[in-house]
Amino acid sequence: MSENWPLFEVFIRSRAGLEHKHVGSVHAADERMAIEHARDVYTRRQEGVSIWVVRSSDIVASDPGEAEALFEPARDKVYRHPTFYTIPDEVKNL
Amino acid sequence: MSAATDSRTDAQRELRTAHCRYVLRLGDTALVLAQRLGEWVGHAPQLEEDLALANLALDLVGQARLLLTYAGELEGRGRDEDTLAFLRDAPEYTNLTLAEQPNGDFASTIVRQWLIDTWQLEIYQGLCASTDTRLAAIAAKALKETRYHQRFSSGWLVRLGDGTAESQARTQRALDELWRFTAELFAPDEVDERMHAAGIAPALAALAPAWSARVDADLADATLRRPPPQPYPWHGKRGVHTEHLGHMLAEMQHLPRTYRGARW
Repeated sequence: MSENWPLFEVFIRSRAGLEHKHVGSVHAADERMAIEHARDVYTRRQEGVSIWVVRSSDIVASDPGEAEALFEPARDKVYRHPTFYTIPDEVKNL
Repeated sequence: MSAATDSRTDAQRELRTAHCRYVLRLGDTALVLAQRLGEWVGHAPQLEEDLALANLALDLVGQARLLLTYAGELEGRGRDEDTLAFLRDAPEYTNLTLAEQPNGDFASTIVRQWLIDTWQLEIYQGLCASTDTRLAAIAAKALKETRYHQRFSSGWLVRLGDGTAESQARTQRALDELWRFTAELFAPDEVDERMHAAGIAPALAALAPAWSARVDADLADATLRRPPPQPYPWHGKRGVHTEHLGHMLAEMQHLPRTYRGARW
């Protein structure tokens, strides 16, 4: 039974207004069960107000072998960091 | 004291006794079902199902605590939730006979759960309008939990019923086996009638059609057959139980009875 259940990745939104964050994965036979399992495994302590699940096999991932080509070129472009702004105190979650 | 005052206080006392019994029955059904679900912990087919069943059990323990505490207060003999849970023998337990039936296989556990979830859905919904505001508040909280329970158990019922040949055969067998306990769900006795007359509880028999309709809809989705109605010899809510409850209580009560006042 269990070996046939596909893996789902779980994303939880902890509060209204925040983004969904990846928290882990669950095995489930279908989408409905995946939501229920995610609820039972990852929101037992009121961690969330919304759940997304997606089949792990549907996620397209970057190839670790291409890491140099993908990420190294950003290394010497320090001017892209927004470090020259002052952030007002009222702005949270930035 | 005049005869009129006497009979009024007698009537009040009888109403209070019925009230206590009514609340105790709801609490006992929740507690016994919770204990049965707890027996799955460490044995469920998947880690995720293990947690799911334990979560249902914890919701039910929460309901049982509120209801038993309230029943103890209505009784007025100083018995708290723990005394009622751990120091009563089977004949004093007033849960539905269905709740105490053994777990059997996973299909059996799901069918039992689904039948009771669907029952609790109607009961708690009806109790939200109770003139007893405390009971209405407990019901409103329990209703949210029960909606999830019914979603979980009906989902599994459909998955198993409309699943493989083996899962369907096992689920139908569980349904055929447990169906004889369902006549008790909506068979009112003098306690139910008194509670309805006092505006404390909904009319029990009036809730049956809604239960039946939901049951039929879920069974259709699950491609399962509804068994024929069966005679009603079960009286768990009057304290007459199948042999299974005593064994279950022996395990549940062993520790608090052996070590009185034990804490952890």
